[in-house]
Amino acid sequence: MPAMRPSRPIGILGYGAYIPRYRLQASEVARVWHGGQDHVPIAQKAVAGPDEDAITMAVEAARNALARAGIAGERLQAVWVGSESHPYAVKPSSTIVAEALGAGPLALAADVEFACKAGSEALQMAVALVGSGMADCALAIGADTAQGRPADELEYTAGSGAAAFVVGLADEAVALLEGSVSYVSDTPDFFRRGQEHYPRHGGRFTGEPGYFAHVLAAGRELLSSLGRSPADYAYVVLHQPNPKFPARAAAELGFRPEQWQPGLLVDRIGNTYAASSLLGLTAVLDRAEPGERVFFVSFGSGAGSDALSLVVTEKLPLRRHQAPATASYIARQQLLDYATYARFRGKIAL
Amino acid sequence: MALQLPREWRWRQERYRLIGGRCRRCGQAFFPHREICPRCLGEDVAKEQFSGRGRVYSYATVYKAPVGFEEYVPYVVALVQLEEGALVAAQLTDVDPTEVQIGMPVECVLRRWRTNGPDGNIIYGYKFRPRLES
Repeated sequence: MPAMRPSRPIGILGYGAYIPRYRLQASEVARVWHGGQDHVPIAQKAVAGPDEDAITMAVEAARNALARAGIAGERLQAVWVGSESHPYAVKPSSTIVAEALGAGPLALAADVEFACKAGSEALQMAVALVGSGMADCALAIGADTAQGRPADELEYTAGSGAAAFVVGLADEAVALLEGSVSYVSDTPDFFRRGQEHYPRHGGRFTGEPGYFAHVLAAGRELLSSLGRSPADYAYVVLHQPNPKFPARAAAELGFRPEQWQPGLLVDRIGNTYAASSLLGLTAVLDRAEPGERVFFVSFGSGAGSDALSLVVTEKLPLRRHQAPATASYIARQQLLDYATYARFRGKIAL
Repeated sequence: MALQLPREWRWRQERYRLIGGRCRRCGQAFFPHREICPRCLGEDVAKEQFSGRGRVYSYATVYKAPVGFEEYVPYVVALVQLEEGALVAAQLTDVDPTEVQIGMPVECVLRRWRTNGPDGNIIYGYKFRPRLES
């Protein structure tokens, strides 16, 4: 099957990151729950402050994306927010985000839900809307304040962050979209029922039938349908629930460490769920040069992957400094002890 | 609760986007927006979205919070002087109270203010944090 391609040339006009200030070291989780003896998957994760949620983080990432795009919010014809931690079960995050950006009222807005793929699914929707000619400007956001059950292994990595992308016409783009592939199947690797606070993971479904099956299939399909090889790309960014999975999947696709390391942030900020692969993409766009290609594959449990091929234009170096670099959000950090983390994230019932 | 919903809703643009007033007669910027200029009493006031950049003009640390703000204690409430000149009273965030100083550069961010209980609406609005250089 051929890759999906827009009906007219389109790309990313602006991108924006947001990572909260607080960090919880994995060694602190191990100290509290495992006697300090557990083998920890990452160094630390980013933790939202007590006044933050997916909406507030989405707004800051989106404002950064608009600043780089050089446009006002009123130009947006769609605002789509992907998250598994929307603050309301019923009431869209996207209308609050749109209002805060000055978008609408004549606009599309909706919340997207697909575990860690919700943000890239929103990006695919924006690509479809603009690529079909139905609109000239659409915003896609991935934002999460992911929660792991205390003592569960997910607690080491479930982090907070947001990334936003303004999709528009090619002549104003900092990166052009060359084509994409989406790949989904019913896989019980990770789920959370409606009234439950914490998710469950489906044990043996996590690795091979979940992450690797979807990331590798979507990635290989896109490479073959575009007639490309990994050597054509300067960077590869994959969903990063831990450092091992993306490194192994990238290697299996034929990429080298110098192609994936610049976009691999999980060791310093954790798995930011719907923002995870998208934040990796912002970090790569912070350094990519005109003409360089970026290969991107997300993954969301349940399960599915979106693979996109991008090529950077000469506009990127001129616009990247219009908003804070992803690295500057990573550098801004305040360590928390476990007790303060538990207080901030509502894990203590009063 | 029933009375609060329309009131909070009416203020959403001012709170989400820091929209204040500027007097077309004397040029004074002020927040929140008012129909009459507090400086010259002129009645020709335009709405303006402020940059959100400013400095701490003065501040106080809150240890006994009003209802709805208990979870943030201790926190800082500051008067922030915006680059446009307007003074805004707001909570500071992402900062330890001991780090706050008069003159400190800050910028506006959208954050949660409070919620109307576990099943009520969430109220969002402006806060200020130490400025993050781009």
